Amino acid sequence: MPELMLDGRALRVAEGTSVAAALALGSDGCTRTSVSGQRRAPLCGMGICQECRVTIDGRRRLACQTLCRDGMQVETRP
Amino acid sequence: MNEYADLLIVGAGPAGMAAALAAAPSGARIVMLDDNPLAGGQIWRDGPQASVPIQARRMRERVQSHRNILHHASTRVIANPGPKQLLVEDDEHGWLISYDKLILCTGARELLLPFPGWTLPGVTGAGGLQALIKAGLPVQDQRVVIAGSGPLLLASAATAKKHGANLQCIAEQASLKAVAGFAAQLPRWPNKLLQSFTLFDRHYRTGTHVLAALGSDRLEAVRLSQQGKIVELACDRLACGFGLIPNIQLGQALGYALEGQALAVDAWQASRIDHYAAGECTGFGGSELALVEGAIAGHAAMGDVEAARQLWPRRARWQGFAKALNQAFALDPRLKSLARPDTLVCRCEDVPHGALAGHTDWRAAKLASRCGMGACQGRVCGGAVQHLFGWSPSTPRPPFSPARIETLMSLDDTPPAS
Repeated sequence: MPELMLDGRALRVAEGTSVAAALALGSDGCTRTSVSGQRRAPLCGMGICQECRVTIDGRRRLACQTLCRDGMQVETRP
Repeated sequence: MNEYADLLIVGAGPAGMAAALAAAPSGARIVMLDDNPLAGGQIWRDGPQASVPIQARRMRERVQSHRNILHHASTRVIANPGPKQLLVEDDEHGWLISYDKLILCTGARELLLPFPGWTLPGVTGAGGLQALIKAGLPVQDQRVVIAGSGPLLLASAATAKKHGANLQCIAEQASLKAVAGFAAQLPRWPNKLLQSFTLFDRHYRTGTHVLAALGSDRLEAVRLSQQGKIVELACDRLACGFGLIPNIQLGQALGYALEGQALAVDAWQASRIDHYAAGECTGFGGSELALVEGAIAGHAAMGDVEAARQLWPRRARWQGFAKALNQAFALDPRLKSLARPDTLVCRCEDVPHGALAGHTDWRAAKLASRCGMGACQGRVCGGAVQHLFGWSPSTPRPPFSPARIETLMSLDDTPPAS
């Protein structure tokens, strides 16, 4: 069971859980702030819409297509 | 790092895997890539809250057992820098793949139409919610409304219920007459008839569509038009999708012919010489059609025309199903007027409907408003404006999706292809 950090908070999840799901389990599920300041959450669930882009270990990745790994650092705020 | 493939397959869903398996006995070097972490596409999706059918697991095992099939997971196509050459990137690297033959199995995405409140957290696509649940999204005791159109609504509702959601309504925009007419044809495809019985739910309402998602910071309720009557339902999640649209961007950029909103192919699944396509990117038809199209493309690409030809009758049978499906769930023109002037159409650049109306085509609207110029490159709003205003999307230009600078720089190491 991988343990990862979501905006500085630790969370342990089941193997195979996506980062998008982890954010809903450990936080409010939001992934980014839009250009006009709205908080957004995953929309398409399949790597198309880019709403779920987050920073994972310093790189911009899609939360819905990234599986949780032990020690991952996920940030949803700029 | 450069790579060569006799046959490159983009997409590892049913069509892509069927293509690889059909082509494998030729001994050709086959490379299959997909942007998801696992093969199976959208329909066969693993996760902590999902297990794929036995057929899918067997196909995956067969793909793995062929030493001449190489599968690159979590890998996307970024650019087409030269003839028969693609620039791709995974989580770590960017590299070039040269190919002799190409089969695009890029699948479909949901048609997501803008309505007031659709940007609120808690609103997802219909298939989108199903995919998120399979990957571990919790819905236990949450009140869920599923809306939009097509059989995916029932599949998504079944997944949500299985994981403890409190289903409030399945709102299908098509009329009872259209849906009943479709259901009456189902005995022609017995396994589909069986599937429809297992998926049916008492919360299913025809002639019903979403008007608005309500809430301040996140979704609190949904307003529906139910057979012309306005109703409001309190809910935690709204999953709304209006059917599927083919993913044609890469095909367009590579010069594939188009037919309507799909990639055009001939009887061999070829669109131009050495370039094939199979599955949902050639038009929505379900996994059975995708499997047989993929196999035809795999055989044809390897020159085994006889094996390809033998599959034509099976393809024709599933094309009949696709036709019946697409007629039944045709979209009500009233869905074009859900967005208000302040409803965002482009969610990447936060462009409202009011900034688009009045333009003559998408290019003009883009230049004036930045609609479609954000991270998703118009994949969401492009489908929406095509439906709302009839604007055809322009041919995409690389990079086809957000890429790392190092990936783009890896092009410099390569001599120009000429």
